[in-house]
Amino acid sequence: MAASPSRLNIYDAVAANRWRTAALIVVFAGILTGLAYVVGEYFAPGYGVAMIPLALGFSGLSATASYFAGDKLVLAQSQARELGPGEEPQLRNIVETLSIGLGIAPPRIYVIDDSAPNAFATGRDPKHASIAVTRGLLDKLDRTELEGVLAHELSHVVNHDIRVMLLVTVLVGTVALLSDWMLRSFFWGGGGRRGRDRSSGGGIFVILAIVLAILTPIVATLIQLAVSRQREYLADASGALLTRYPPGLANALRKIAADKEALEVANKATASLYFANPLKDAPRALDGLFDTHPPIAERIRRLEAMG
Amino acid sequence: MEILIPLIIIALIVVFVVGMYNRLVTLRQRVREAWSDIDVQLKRRHDLIPNLVATVQGYAAHEKGVFENVTKARAAAVAAGQSGTPQERAVAENQLTAALRTVFAVAENYPQLQAVQEFKDLSENLTATEDKISFARRFYNGNVRDYNTALQTVPTNILAGMFGFTPEQYFELADATEREVPKVSFS
Repeated sequence: MAASPSRLNIYDAVAANRWRTAALIVVFAGILTGLAYVVGEYFAPGYGVAMIPLALGFSGLSATASYFAGDKLVLAQSQARELGPGEEPQLRNIVETLSIGLGIAPPRIYVIDDSAPNAFATGRDPKHASIAVTRGLLDKLDRTELEGVLAHELSHVVNHDIRVMLLVTVLVGTVALLSDWMLRSFFWGGGGRRGRDRSSGGGIFVILAIVLAILTPIVATLIQLAVSRQREYLADASGALLTRYPPGLANALRKIAADKEALEVANKATASLYFANPLKDAPRALDGLFDTHPPIAERIRRLEAMG
Repeated sequence: MEILIPLIIIALIVVFVVGMYNRLVTLRQRVREAWSDIDVQLKRRHDLIPNLVATVQGYAAHEKGVFENVTKARAAAVAAGQSGTPQERAVAENQLTAALRTVFAVAENYPQLQAVQEFKDLSENLTATEDKISFARRFYNGNVRDYNTALQTVPTNILAGMFGFTPEQYFELADATEREVPKVSFS
């Protein structure tokens, strides 16, 4: 049997993601420029333009920093320990086997000593990738399930999803920072006074600034979360395509959904990285619009439809 | 001015042809890299077999035919590895897989052997290696398909003929446990 025509060509997936990354940068740069201008006008009427390079420069810097050091930061924050030689031969074998199927060098493997079953992948590209799994994942899943989860994570690696999410996180962070700054100054009555003294178009900017300060972080977060959920579906699909065994991943999801333990080393900042939402938090509002992950039931349904 | 227009057209054609040529080279390079993945794993399997034979022989010395068979199959596979085409290698490797199965079938009959750590390690390693071979093969065949498709479709086929790009062979292993491809939609 020759390779099937429905094989996901990783080179195409990577190219598509590159376009998506570029589009995201443009959209966010636009949002940021607008916001920076308004913030600038608010604090120093007439000098709004000066704020734009400042905001773009700041987010560019933090994006560059997290591009190169983000993986180490996340691994340290999650208290992940690199796997020594000869440790967990089954885990290592599965990772190596799947990497061969994808044509990449096997990523470094980390273990988090926590009994909540979960996993994440990080690193800016396949050459600098790391995969971390929890002790609970190794203990609670069987071989085919583990294979499903690892295939999902490796799909994030080869699709360059991590890079996209890293970038989006930084950009959303900058937008949030700017808005926060502005909202704070409303409360404490700073900055705006000068605008009012001159009374030249200041009124419009104050209203516009308030509206933007409230709306842009919400919109930015929604974009981030929508991107995150879409990446999860894509990784499920390409993971299933890699193992040729969708039930493995579906069963793993079922087990993880049934597990009520929260992952202690995870927090809001790292939650979207994980295989399944590690926080097990809050009742869902607004039909999951604010979730980092798609509902597990829907992920399972889509996997079962692949048969 | 008028001389510029044909010059621009020629330049565009050159850029286009160079792009197509480079694409073919890239695709062929991917096939070769994927092939070396398979090669590494096949060699690893060849290296593991003498140890396996020695270990099992210690417990089941009288099953001579089985061991001779697998040793012969291994030698044939190694020989095919040095000079054979993917097709010839696949034939030899298939025979080796079949011979290996008989060794494990013999080992089944010796409970003491199953408990030996060395045997456990060897069979885990062999299983992992066979898994790797099958994934490497799939990756290789996918790349061969992309490359061969480029050779046969317009307009790259014209260039492929001019510069002597030849189609690559698929690597086919008889594998009863091969899993079906799931139907995936990325909508």
